[in-house]
Parts: sequence; C-alpha cells; structure tokens
Amino acid sequence: MGDTSRLCSVWLGSETGILKGVSLSRKQAFNFCNTTHLSRDQEVRALCWGDPAESELLVGCVDGTVKTFSTEKGSFTETRRCGDPSEGCFTGLAAPDGSSLITCVECGKVRVWREDSSEPVTELDAGKNVSRMRLSPVHRNKVATGGKENGLKIWDLEKPEKPVFTAKNLRDDWLDLRRPHWVRDMAFIPDSDKVVTCTGYHQVHVFDPSSPQRRPVLEAEYGEYPLTALSLPASGNTVVVGNTHGELAMLDLRKGLVRGCLKGLAGGVRGLQCHPSQPVVATCGLDRFLRIHSLEDRKLQHKVYLKSRLNCILLSSKNLEEVGGAAGTEGSQEVKEEEEGDEVWDAMERVEERSKRRNTEDEEDEEEEEEEVQKKKSKKKRKKGQD
Amino acid sequence: MDITEVPLSLDKKGKKKKNKSPKKKKCVSQEGSGEGLVVVEKKEEEDVKMEKSEAAAAFPPTFSVSEIKNKQRRHLMFMKLKQEKRKQKMQLKKKKKKEREALGDKAPPKEVPKTIENQRVYDETTVDPEDEEVAFDEGTDEFSSYFNGLTNPKVLITTSDRPRGRTVKFCEQLANVIPNAHVYYRRGLALKRVIPQCVARNFTYLMVINEDRKVPNGMVLCHLPDGPTAHFKVSSVRLRKELKRRGKDPTEHSPEVILNNFSTRLGHSIGRLFAALFPQDPQFIGRQVATFHNQRDFIFFRFHRYIFKNEKRVGIQELGPRFTLKLRSLQKGTFDSKFGEYEWVLKRHEMDACRRKFQL
Repeated sequence: MGDTSRLCSVWLGSETGILKGVSLSRKQAFNFCNTTHLSRDQEVRALCWGDPAESELLVGCVDGTVKTFSTEKGSFTETRRCGDPSEGCFTGLAAPDGSSLITCVECGKVRVWREDSSEPVTELDAGKNVSRMRLSPVHRNKVATGGKENGLKIWDLEKPEKPVFTAKNLRDDWLDLRRPHWVRDMAFIPDSDKVVTCTGYHQVHVFDPSSPQRRPVLEAEYGEYPLTALSLPASGNTVVVGNTHGELAMLDLRKGLVRGCLKGLAGGVRGLQCHPSQPVVATCGLDRFLRIHSLEDRKLQHKVYLKSRLNCILLSSKNLEEVGGAAGTEGSQEVKEEEEGDEVWDAMERVEERSKRRNTEDEEDEEEEEEEVQKKKSKKKRKKGQD
Repeated sequence: MDITEVPLSLDKKGKKKKNKSPKKKKCVSQEGSGEGLVVVEKKEEEDVKMEKSEAAAAFPPTFSVSEIKNKQRRHLMFMKLKQEKRKQKMQLKKKKKKEREALGDKAPPKEVPKTIENQRVYDETTVDPEDEEVAFDEGTDEFSSYFNGLTNPKVLITTSDRPRGRTVKFCEQLANVIPNAHVYYRRGLALKRVIPQCVARNFTYLMVINEDRKVPNGMVLCHLPDGPTAHFKVSSVRLRKELKRRGKDPTEHSPEVILNNFSTRLGHSIGRLFAALFPQDPQFIGRQVATFHNQRDFIFFRFHRYIFKNEKRVGIQELGPRFTLKLRSLQKGTFDSKFGEYEWVLKRHEMDACRRKFQL
C-alpha cells in the first residue's frame, strides 16, 4: 500500500470522499480511503502538501476535518478538527512549514493552527463568502483571499487586524452602474509582488500591491462563463484559466491576449495546476476525468477516468512520468507480487486498487468487505432495459 | 550512353503510347557484344509486360473518370464503370452463394455486417454493474430521495413565452402521459424566480419546452430541490393526431418505464433523470409503457399500450406523442445557464468528429 502511494505523482480529491492517486508512468489510478464506508460528508474540498518534502498530504473535508495522509505509508495518519461544517466548507488550505496549518472557510475565517493545540493561534476575518485563499510561495506569512462581492485582500498573518492590500473594484461602467465582482481564484506571480486573479464574470485581473493603484493593473477577458480555476506555468508571463464550460485557455499577462486554448474537457473545471518545472498542466473537473495537457503544443498527453466528480488536484514537484518508473525498477519484485494477486481486478487498462487502512495484506478480507458494501440492489436496475 | 529509366505509368491510354517508344528504343540501344540474347529476352519481357498492362488496362479502366472534360462522355464512362462494378459484385455474390450451398453444413458462419453500433469505440466511462464507487456515487446523488422512495414525482410543464398551437398541444399531451404533471402558462416569468416557488410547492421537476417558429425544439428538464438540469434539443415531434394506427387516449394509470442502452456514466445520469419523472410503482393494470431508447446519442421517446395475446405474442398500440431528444448540456444545480457549473457540455467539433464515438 505504501508503495502504490509512492508511485503516484498526481493526487486528486473527489466528491465521494476518496483520495485518488494516479501514477502516470504505470497508467494506473489508486483509491485511498479513510473509512470502510464512504460518505458524502467526507467530500474533499482542499488539498495541499503538508511539508516541503512532499511526503504528507493535507486533505480538507466538508465536515470540517483535516486529515493527514502520508505518501510513504500510504494511509491516513491523523485527523484534526478545524472548524464546523456550519461555517461552510474549506476554501483554502496551506501549510507554510511542517508544523503549522492555515485554513480558510467560506464564512471568511482564516485560522492558523499549531500541531499541539486544538484552538487556532491566529484568527482573522476576511469578510463573507470567501471563495479562495492562497498562500504566497515566497513570503510564507502572506495570504490572499477573495470571494463573491469580496475583493482581493492580502493579509499578513502577523498583523491580523488589517489587510496589507485591499483591491478596489473596477470603475463604474458606461452606464455608471457598479460593476459586480466575484474573485474565484488567485495566484502570486513569482519574482514580484503581483497577484493575478480570475473572476466569476470571465475577467482576469493583475494587481500590483507595490504600486499606489489599488485597481487592477491589467484587465483581460476570456469567454462568457465564470472562470473557476487559475494556475501559473513555470515559464513566466502566462496564466492558464479554466471556466465552468470546460474551456481552458492560456492568456498572456503582458497584454491580456489569449495565447491558445486547450481542448478536450467536457465539464466544468474544478482543479487546475501547472507543474512547477515541466511545461505541463493537469486539470480535473466535473466530467470525472484527469487530463494532462502539454503547454507547448497544447496537446492532450494523458487522460484518466476516475469515477467520481473531482474537486481538487495536487501535483508532485518531481517529473511526473518518472515517479513510478524509478521506484518501479527498484522495488519491481515487490510490486509484481502484489500485481499477481490483484490480477483479478486488472480488467481494464486503468486499474484501481482499493487499499484500506486496516486490512492491507489480506485480500480475502478486502473482498468480503466489498461484498458487504455491495449488497444494495436498487430498483433502477430492474427498470432499466438490457444494455 | 546513359540509359534513363522511363517509368511505366498506367494512368492514361494516351500516355502509354509515349512510354512504349522510348522503351523499345532502349532495348534496341542495348546492343552489346555478347548480349544479343539477353537483349532479346529483355525485350520479350518488356513486351509481355506491355501486354499484361494492356490486358490490365482494358479491365478495369486505367484512367480516372474525372479526368475527362466532356460532361456527357464523362457521365457515360461513369455509368459504365458503375455497371461493371455492380456486375462484378453480383458475380462475386453468386459465387459465394454457390460455394456456401456446395459446402452445406460445413459452410463457415455468415459474417456479421459492420454497423456503426458494432463499430462503436469503447467508452471507458461505461458503467460496470459491480462497481462500488459508482454505485455509491449514484446511491447518494440528487436522485437518491426518489430512488429510496421518499419523494413522489410532481412535474411542472411550461413553455417559453407566448407558445403557439403545436407546442400547447404537445404540452397537454405530455401532461397526459406523465402522471401528476401540471401545465402552466409561462407569462414571461424568469425561470430563476419560478424555481423557488416550485420548490415551495413541492414540485420535483420543472420541464420547459422551448418553441421556435411554432414548433417545439428544445427542452430544459430541471430536477428540483437542487438537482441537475439537462438541456435537450427536441426534434421530430409527432402529436397524437399525426400518429397512424394509434390507440385511444392514455389513461391515468402510471406507466412502466423502459430505459434502453444508457451505458456510460453520463448515460446513467440521464437515465436516472428520466426514470425519476415517473412514479416508482407502475400500475400494471393500465398496461401502458413509456420507452426512452438511446441509440447513437439520440433518445427516442415512445408511449405504448400493450396486451399479451398469449405467452409469446404481444400486441402494442402507440398512444402518446412521439419525440426525439439529443442532450446538449447537463448542468449541476438548478437552472443557471450563466453561472452554473456544467457537468457535460456538447462540443460539436470535438465530440462529433468521430462517427463511431458516442457519449451516452
């Protein structure tokens, strides 16, 4: 179980509460589940790396718990209660260093937690209806938040009373009406202070906190549908955005023009991330597929069907296709033994292995448990005609 | 002397003549001291080749019919070509039939002809009936309250603003076919405002028939508490009076529902959407059945009354309206075309490019 999790280079959280790991080199997807019974309470809303060495994943669920998953061991190691489900689901999760944890919920409360205590060390209120919170990769105590009718605010966690930068809304339009704004996602541009955001009104804004101008420095539009996710590729000056219709585009940040579109998605984009070093972007969405596109020639490189709707995605910093390969050659014998036993499940090219925390070696027990869960016979099967 | 090879191209009758002469010249020029015999042989070979090519030339034609500039002559040549081909095909068929009869029992089984359904590209989202994760996903989705027997369907049928004759009749007939359905006049109301009122009055479905030029052409089917919204293109609507050999009016009994060929994950979602329109317990006394048959991504709706004549034979009468649907988009959440998140959108240039790939 630990070795399957070590092979995975892409991690995804789904609506059914299952953490999925995908190994691109072996073209396999693995499910990692905390409990034997799935439930919608455990719907994964936020994912982030627990430490810079990327050996632990932090999984934020709808019921307010944050679980730690160890990629070395391949199982969930601990669970923390970080908030009530009444406050809304997690919109941001970050771990600036291994020990502390920053969470943000929809009602606007951003909290910093330490490992020992169950009360937050710092708490700040970012307004109502926060859609996203992101941590700056350079300054590990700077956090950006934004939401519906809640503009971009950059906070310094050491001074939780006032934000360091509050963005101003765009100028009124030609009818002198107030422009609505809805920040859906943001990212810190490396090597500078600037922040790029994408909105629910199909706009992309770039803000520069170091300039006296609080309005966006650059304004660009793409499409007619709300932009839901945003990511910055390793090569600068571009940004990849996705909208609710499944349209992915690369925009140039110098002028705000569309560089190209990435095709293939059929459903709304929920999670989008560019690889830190390779020119590759991974997307996941409501159409239940993980797609990996290459940014240079805009072609689809990999497409993996994962059976539930996917909410968030996380890439490992290592080369995506080598992660499994290197490990495979070393521990190939161990892997083969497991594979021989699991041949019963290897029906298709994409293989899923259910690995539970308790019964790891005993396959028979696993089969029994699965049969018990499988006992539902819904009426729709009787109603449906022959396939 | 340099001998250049002239390629023997069999394109046109005219060109062939040109090819013949240089070849013959070449043969002649290859006179060597001891090579008289060889030369002769070569000549013969090439002659044989020429003959073969000539023989091959006459049957089938060696030139492409489209290169003749004269339209009438081109047409004649094309007709001749077609007749030749047809003749050959018939001869081949006869031969095969004779062989098959000659072999009798030992004949190989008949080959299955290729159809688009046979050649369908395998879709990886096809649902495996034993898949646990999909079963869980379906067991806890927005339709779970219906499939667990907690809610009964109640449908509100309306149209786009100011509907004309056919659409009004279509809505009335749909209301007869779907039990517990109510038709309301639209009055130009915004759907986003209608939806909370429907939820308050315990409706489970909102069906909006869109009309264009006095003919229904679109349907928005929205599952109410917070369910998915599907947008379909409606075509080939046949009202009851346009059906031949139809039965009497549909009665108030709940029909049975048949859902055919919804095999992929998306197909399953749409199938459940249709199934939840009708009450869970069909009244077999009424002997009515509503069929949603999916073929090549088109969903055909038919409404019949059946009667078992004996154990093996059934008679059916078509009763209700008949229409075809094609899914255009499936949106998560209630109707919100601008800000809603789409689970699936039909993108014609990407998805319709391959004729053998279907989504439902």
